Amino acid sequence: MYNYLGMEGKTMREINVSQITDVVEKLCIEANQYLPEDVQCAIKKCRACEDWDIAQGVLDKIITNFEIAEQENVPICQDTGMACVFLEIGQDVHLVGGNLAEAVDEGVRRGYDKGYLRKSVVKDPVRRGNTGDNTPAMLYTEIVPGEQVKITVGPKGFGSENMSAIRMFKPSAGLQGIKDFIIETVETAGPNPCPPMVVGVGIGGTFDKAALLAKKALMRPVDSVNPDPFYADLEVEMLEKINELGIGPQGFGGKTTAIGLNIETLPTHIAGMPCAININCHVTRHKSEVI
Amino acid sequence: MEKKITLPLTEELAKTLKAGDSVYVTGTIYTSRDAGHKRMCEALARGEELPFDPTDATIYYVGPTPAKPGQVIGSAGPTTSGRMDAYAPTMMSVGARGMIGKGARLPEVVDAMKKYSGVYFGAIGGAGALLAKCIKSAELIAYEDLGAEALRKLYVEDMPLVVIIDSEGNNLYEDGKAAYLASKK
Repeated sequence: MYNYLGMEGKTMREINVSQITDVVEKLCIEANQYLPEDVQCAIKKCRACEDWDIAQGVLDKIITNFEIAEQENVPICQDTGMACVFLEIGQDVHLVGGNLAEAVDEGVRRGYDKGYLRKSVVKDPVRRGNTGDNTPAMLYTEIVPGEQVKITVGPKGFGSENMSAIRMFKPSAGLQGIKDFIIETVETAGPNPCPPMVVGVGIGGTFDKAALLAKKALMRPVDSVNPDPFYADLEVEMLEKINELGIGPQGFGGKTTAIGLNIETLPTHIAGMPCAININCHVTRHKSEVI
Repeated sequence: MEKKITLPLTEELAKTLKAGDSVYVTGTIYTSRDAGHKRMCEALARGEELPFDPTDATIYYVGPTPAKPGQVIGSAGPTTSGRMDAYAPTMMSVGARGMIGKGARLPEVVDAMKKYSGVYFGAIGGAGALLAKCIKSAELIAYEDLGAEALRKLYVEDMPLVVIIDSEGNNLYEDGKAAYLASKK
């Protein structure tokens, strides 16, 4: 596989895109059937701390549900989502054998067919019409150092996607502006996104980068901590505040409104402070593999 | 309060259900979501009949995953009900009294529920594998071209639901949150 000589005589690793198809197919199925360990643990931890009767009952059923899905190899939720596929492509990799985007779509097509997953994609946002195979994938590519390709599939349901929000703040709004926006977005979402939710917050960059950061924040393990202590503290503080709102599991009332909140940031322009909030449900799915 | 009920959802039965009740439901229900509701309301506007008798019927807002071999139905949890708000009053006006979904409803829907003695039940969103266990039979009855959104007739046994909004307009989303917060004071 190391048979390509680059410009400086350095070998480049060749990867056939059909390998990517195979991995995407597998990850689409697995991500929809097995809730990640970190999300399972977070839900169980919240169940142990929940003191409201109806909320305990809902969390028990949510736990039973993901256990059934895992044992019987069936989708955890019927909204098996749009297939968000993140590729971190090493800069020393040469992708051969075909068109990368088509290879990813083929993986989604096969995975959603073989896995008995729901086809939830329409070919035009206004004129609608189901594509019938859940393609196209929402493909995110990033060039990184190295000679590997990391593939992450995060099927994203739209009950929660629809409750997400973005706002272009004036810098004078400061930290308080961000805090108020997070609370406002979660309160507005209320029972709609299938709480307990996971909240992804992206701050900085440009309009579009803030939204991407928010989505990436949802791909981080729910129990992970931002490496910057300032944002790590903010993650803890905002999760506590959200869990004082009383919305509770399914919005029936209770402590457990969110099981996790992750913040991702980027530098931004002197004139701005973009902030995006991507909401996910308790079925926060993501699975990765490295080729 | 925990209750076991058998459908159809007559006016008399509907009036016994109160927001916050845990209800185990047995009987026939129909599935429909965005595209199916649009079609049904267009059919009604043209003076046509619906593909099923809406009298005292209950509609489950769901688009299930395809059934694996040997399964009655795939995973089948509720979708967000608010997207059916534009159609729900029309459906109630022809007799479809029960709705199963998740998430908030518009005041227009609650007004129609008070007028027609409607009941809005919540199923646990995201619990598609668990809810599929209560579905004992599934039959496609119309709009097959809509795929997951096609109209299906289901027979359910002891489907675990919670009354979110009752026929008097009481709302668990408001009352449940308020009761929890009051308990923390």
